[in-house]
Amino acid sequence: MSKPEKLLDKKGLRLDGRKLDELRPIKMEVGVLSNADGSAYLEQGKNKVLAAVYGPKEVHPKHLALADRAILRCRYHMAPFSVEERKSPAPSRREIELSKVIREALEPAVFLEYYPRTAIDVFIEILQADGGTRCAGITTAALALADAGVPMRDLVVACAAGKIEGKLVLDLMDLEDKYGEADVPLAMMPGINAVTLLQMDGSLTLEEFQNAVKMAMEGCKQIYEEQKKALRARYIAIKEAINE
Amino acid sequence: MISSIVSKVKQKQIAQLVANRKRIDGRGLTDYREIKVEAGIIERAEGSARVLLGKTQVLVGVKIDIGEPFSDIPDQGVLTVNAELVPLASPTFEPGPPDENSIELARVVDRGIRESKAIGLEDLCITPGKKVFVVFIDVYVLNHDGNLIDASALAALAALLNTKMYNYELKDDEIIRKPGYKPLPIRNYPIAITFGKINNQLIVDPWLEEEQVMDARLTMTIDKEGNICSIQKGGSGYFTTQQILEAAKIAKERATELRKLVVET
Repeated sequence: MSKPEKLLDKKGLRLDGRKLDELRPIKMEVGVLSNADGSAYLEQGKNKVLAAVYGPKEVHPKHLALADRAILRCRYHMAPFSVEERKSPAPSRREIELSKVIREALEPAVFLEYYPRTAIDVFIEILQADGGTRCAGITTAALALADAGVPMRDLVVACAAGKIEGKLVLDLMDLEDKYGEADVPLAMMPGINAVTLLQMDGSLTLEEFQNAVKMAMEGCKQIYEEQKKALRARYIAIKEAINE
Repeated sequence: MISSIVSKVKQKQIAQLVANRKRIDGRGLTDYREIKVEAGIIERAEGSARVLLGKTQVLVGVKIDIGEPFSDIPDQGVLTVNAELVPLASPTFEPGPPDENSIELARVVDRGIRESKAIGLEDLCITPGKKVFVVFIDVYVLNHDGNLIDASALAALAALLNTKMYNYELKDDEIIRKPGYKPLPIRNYPIAITFGKINNQLIVDPWLEEEQVMDARLTMTIDKEGNICSIQKGGSGYFTTQQILEAAKIAKERATELRKLVVET
């Protein structure tokens, strides 16, 4: 994709017609894979993300096990066909870094101390990417963890804010991220005001940064409501099936 | 010998001291350890610098080569950052391909330099789409006593400022070396400032024992205008909104002081 002439039109609307502080259309479904202990699927704009959780289970190799808590392992991976130019399926340096920061974004939420000597594996597959996939991955993974019945302090939800053509915007898509001036992905547990992932690249003044954080948090809170709806939908369906 | 485990007694001591705004090595919560910068210590490299941050030691070498540009930016030079956690630097470092810690370290240093546009990459193009200069920044950790990010970022900047390029002319697309050197075009001076969170309190420049006790880490890279150009949160804890905004303010102040160690103003 080449550089668009402008990222904002005369009315101040974005390439896909969104307002500055508007999220992309978002859709979530919980419990989509039968083999996994927990799973979830999410679409956010053109992003399509699948997450699965296996565990708590025995740790292999055994020396990795911890005596006082479970270990959380996380793999963020992009499908070769998820982007314009085919991506090699081997994990890139970017994917290794993202796997680490996503794990560290989820860890504060999980009561790992309830399951000593076990492992909880989180697998995130990006089936189609259009910017903000680490955030979409976290949002999906948190649903999969909840679906697996892993006790958590709160759901983790993530959303990015950033700057394009001098204006702060919410939930950047790929072109905005690439040609914009800054990107601030943020993950949080809204129930306890805890920011569990924060990254940034680009250039922002302190004041802009403060407002971007505020904006990203507002986005997170909206997605959080959708997460809760998706979980309820899944478990109401199960309850109804039992009652029948 | 440094163990990778800190005893419960010491963990408690570190946490209690921080609660009273004190630290185990006598520093204030937002003080750095003593910093020494030595530039140009590897003659074979186009640029180099060693930074001592307390007992942490990082050596950075810059090599310049000729290569192909990225297809989406055909008229710019290429920047590559790599970090090696050399086994001689700590009992916890093992030989082998880079693990997630060294990849994260390299990528955080890379983002600070790239996002602040510290190197004038557009001046490093030889023939658009075909030949450009590639700047290799290799971070070599020699002794790990905590806060590798700040030490590496500072050493990388010092090494870049000390990097020289040979003069050349183009003849039929071939590069012909000419006598003399010129400095690498440097446009910005990004400085990384790292915080740890212990006992719900922010501390600056955590050293090894504090790193092993802290819940979470936050790095902010500040450019010469005082803008934030890169952030990275690490560790399995979290930060509150207030802590993040407080960190941004402290980082801006500390960055100005650290920058004076490598840039003459």
